[in-house]
Amino acid sequence: MSEPTEQIAVNQDYAADGNDLERAIREHGAAMLWVARRLLGNEDEARECVQEAYLLAFAKIASFEGRSSFRTWLHRIVVNTALGLLRKRKRKETESLDDLLPVFDSDGCRVEPSWRFNEPLERMLERNDVQNIVCRSIASLPESYRIVLALRDIEGYDTAEAATLLETNAGVIKTRLHRARAALKKKLEPLWSRGEL
Amino acid sequence: MKTGHTTMRKLRSAVMKLPLMLTCREFEDFVLDYFEGTLPTKQHVIFDIHLMVCHDCRSYLAAYQRSVALSKAVFERLEDPVPGDVPEDLVEAIIAAKDERYRRT
Ligand SMILES: [Zn+2]
Repeated sequence: MSEPTEQIAVNQDYAADGNDLERAIREHGAAMLWVARRLLGNEDEARECVQEAYLLAFAKIASFEGRSSFRTWLHRIVVNTALGLLRKRKRKETESLDDLLPVFDSDGCRVEPSWRFNEPLERMLERNDVQNIVCRSIASLPESYRIVLALRDIEGYDTAEAATLLETNAGVIKTRLHRARAALKKKLEPLWSRGEL
Repeated sequence: MKTGHTTMRKLRSAVMKLPLMLTCREFEDFVLDYFEGTLPTKQHVIFDIHLMVCHDCRSYLAAYQRSVALSKAVFERLEDPVPGDVPEDLVEAIIAAKDERYRRT
């Protein structure tokens, strides 16, 4: 999560000129809104989260020491605010991951189609439908799994950092990450084609 | 084709009972550590042996790896360059909320 050192000058700028809220919103707001959307999966809450995060950031701008870039610092505040909102939600997790997890027969043998990846990853990325399927698939994962996947695979936190943010231990993070990835793989299967054994 | 698959699987399940062999279900528990690079040497060897003999796990692992790579790449692309402008009404809402808070304190 490190940023180029030239950013430091900008940071001190913000710190010295703490009232330049509008400039900070215009420079980083769009990216922060994406972070919040990914974590919350809901537009209204994402906006609420970004608003709260900016207010919090500027209330404690004096504590910003410029050791990371302003953007990295703000990113962490957005993530923390989003996690706070999720805790407040206390929504019951009704969706189950079971149907999306790997299937084994009675001998413990995997039952898996033979996948073919005919299209290079780079070309898939150009397709709008692929972007949509990936975003929707992640958004539809049960919350406790989606958050771990988003923190680890998308926001770039490591296992220990994710454990701290979620107030849990590394083992829980690893189990959830693996299950979330396995479930996501299942959801993305329509993107690959099946070959013969 | 279905009987072919079943016979293959029966054969595989017999092989998995040999020493140093994992069942696919046991293999599953090693997948994350394998990708994290934290699998101890002995487990790594056992993991590789399973992968060599098990077509289904090779296929599974390839699709797993591919979907992780794809989701990371999609979000990197969405962020680079910054995805559009921040909605104007959100800028105004945040500034208004800050003014409101200042007035109260
Ligand atoms: Zn296997």
